[in-house]
Amino acid sequence: MIGLSHYLTLSAILFSIGLVGVLRRRNLLMLFFATEVMLNAVNIAFAAISHYYNDLTGQMFAFFIIAIAASEVAVGLGLLIVLYKKYGSLDLDDLATMKG
Amino acid sequence: MENLVYIALFAPFAGSLFSALFAMNPKQTFVGIVASSLLFTSFIASAMLAYHVSTTGNPIHVTMMEWISAGDLFIPFGFIVDQVSVTMMVVVTLVSTVVHVYSIGYMDHDKSFNRFFSYLSAFVFSMMILVMSDNFAGLFIGWEGVGVCSWLLIGFWYHKADKTREENPSISPSWAANEAFIVNRIADLGMLIGIFILYWNTGSLQYDVVFAALPDLSGSVLNAAAIFLFIGAMGKSAQFPLHTWLTDAMEGPTPVSALIHAATMVTAGVFLVIRANPLFGMDEVAGVSMFIASLGTFVAFYAASMALIERDLKRIIAYSTLSQLGYMFAAAGLGAYWIALFHLAAHAFFKALLFLGAGNVMHAMDGELDIFKMGGLKKVMRGTWIYMGIASIALAGLPIFAGFYSKDAIIETAFNEGTYIIWFMLVLTAGMTAFYSFRQVFLSFHGEERYKPLGFHPHEMYKYVLIAMSPLALLAISAGWFMDDYKAFIYGLLPHYEMSEHTHHIAWLLGTIVVIVALSGIALAYIKYARKGANAFKRDYEKEKTFIYKLLKNQYYVPVAYEMFITKPYAMISEHMWKDVDMKIVDSTVDGIANFIYKSGDSARKMQTGNLSNYLNWMAIGSVILLVIAAISAMLV
Repeated sequence: MIGLSHYLTLSAILFSIGLVGVLRRRNLLMLFFATEVMLNAVNIAFAAISHYYNDLTGQMFAFFIIAIAASEVAVGLGLLIVLYKKYGSLDLDDLATMKG
Repeated sequence: MENLVYIALFAPFAGSLFSALFAMNPKQTFVGIVASSLLFTSFIASAMLAYHVSTTGNPIHVTMMEWISAGDLFIPFGFIVDQVSVTMMVVVTLVSTVVHVYSIGYMDHDKSFNRFFSYLSAFVFSMMILVMSDNFAGLFIGWEGVGVCSWLLIGFWYHKADKTREENPSISPSWAANEAFIVNRIADLGMLIGIFILYWNTGSLQYDVVFAALPDLSGSVLNAAAIFLFIGAMGKSAQFPLHTWLTDAMEGPTPVSALIHAATMVTAGVFLVIRANPLFGMDEVAGVSMFIASLGTFVAFYAASMALIERDLKRIIAYSTLSQLGYMFAAAGLGAYWIALFHLAAHAFFKALLFLGAGNVMHAMDGELDIFKMGGLKKVMRGTWIYMGIASIALAGLPIFAGFYSKDAIIETAFNEGTYIIWFMLVLTAGMTAFYSFRQVFLSFHGEERYKPLGFHPHEMYKYVLIAMSPLALLAISAGWFMDDYKAFIYGLLPHYEMSEHTHHIAWLLGTIVVIVALSGIALAYIKYARKGANAFKRDYEKEKTFIYKLLKNQYYVPVAYEMFITKPYAMISEHMWKDVDMKIVDSTVDGIANFIYKSGDSARKMQTGNLSNYLNWMAIGSVILLVIAAISAMLV
């Protein structure tokens, strides 16, 4: 029987994968993917807990997150394309222009 | 009547503000005229108030406005015009009016003519607040105002450079001004403590409330209050050991000296003791009063002794003020408050006259004050000679003149109280007073014309200045004639003091003794200094080498002692505090904090790589730390 703890474990594993991606990746596009993974990890946790408590609020939140993530990707990808056109690279090490 | 009170009080203030408008301009005679006429207005108002008080016998009490009202503390801006304050008001405004008119002539060539009048009127205004206030807080405001104005005026010629003590005992005007201000500040602390003691124990600062509550207070409280109030009086009235500033204050322009000595400053201390007579007259504080009388007697003698050999015309007169203040305190300490007040008034007239006369001489001699370089001036300065003569006779206390009545009454009081030592000292001092005041007159106006070889061309002062001085001369002659009327007037407020039957019987004898002593002083001065030809005065260099001469010349080495034992150690401590405590501890602590922040900022700057990936790592670390903290605090709760 798959219970709440399994879902939460899965969510935690996915979140960690996303986090490691955010921390280790240098490519901006990959960073986007990693954040998407983290967001969806949270979505899984929301849906599972919502089902567990019989409360629809969590699932509603998951939908909101999906919607916002979609719009964020739309805007973000647009920016990435402009960035790539301008610098010819999406590598963060090449884009460090604000060194203090 | 209320309007008269305000006119008397604020006319000098208006004069001061008016003059201040033109303070930066070059000399404009109308400024002096306006200031003088406003002062004259104040004098007329004061005289009308005096007439009112003497005919009705009722004091006028006005409250202008509420000033401080916080919790239990309630201090109104109130003024009282009673027998004591109206006496002071008339004396102050009369002398000040004359001094103002005189200054128009005296400060003729000074480029800061307008500024001078602004300060002068402000000085009078402060003194008016001081004498008219109906509470200790107002008195203290006037007290401090007088201090500030005296600082401004003594240091009026602040641009003069410092000199050594041998060249000029006062060093420089700005030095003398600072000395006067600082010495007064020390005494003011005592005064403030005295006021606090009274407030804590009576809950009010109003004279009438405080004095009504006095009988309920314990002896130690009364003694403490009396002692601290008297310390304040000692500073303002330049009693030993806070007396050095008064002679150094001669660095100010001469009209200022006249004002300080006759009207607006040194009399404040005597006024305070007279005003607080319900306190000083109590049996519990008899010890303090006796101390006041003894100190007064000592100062009278001490100052007179220094005047005996002084060569600086103004300093001689300054010593005589010190000495006469001693007389006033002696009378007040012995309980004869009204006699002290009467001597204060009489003294104000002839002392102002003396100073203004000295100003004429100084004006004539191009600022030279050494009486050894004068002599025979009466030929060229007849008017001034007459005035100086009148004032000196009054000071010496010869019959008919003002000083005779008031000083004689003080000496009689000392005899009446059975304090024969005080009596003897005062009689002796009277002889010395006569000697040094006539030494000064004879050396400057009689004898050989020693100024001629030195190339001086003395000339008499302007006519209108001499005319302006005439009221003072008249009063220096006649003020004593009204002693009995004044007694009847002042008895409305001050405690009665009458001589006993015994003293009354031998009063003529006591008076004769004083007059004989004074006359012999004058005769001695005449023999030594006034003659011409073969017997003419010659400087005795042998005598100037004796120990006593040097002791007196150096003012008993008191200023030097102050410098060695107070000023210099204080400067050393200050330098030590500056270099070791301030620079090494305070400054380095502040610098250390600043350096720490600079350095930590500099090292934290390395985080700013500009690489987004690094920032994200830092963000993750921060989030983890926050999570850990949140978890720990959740567990602890």
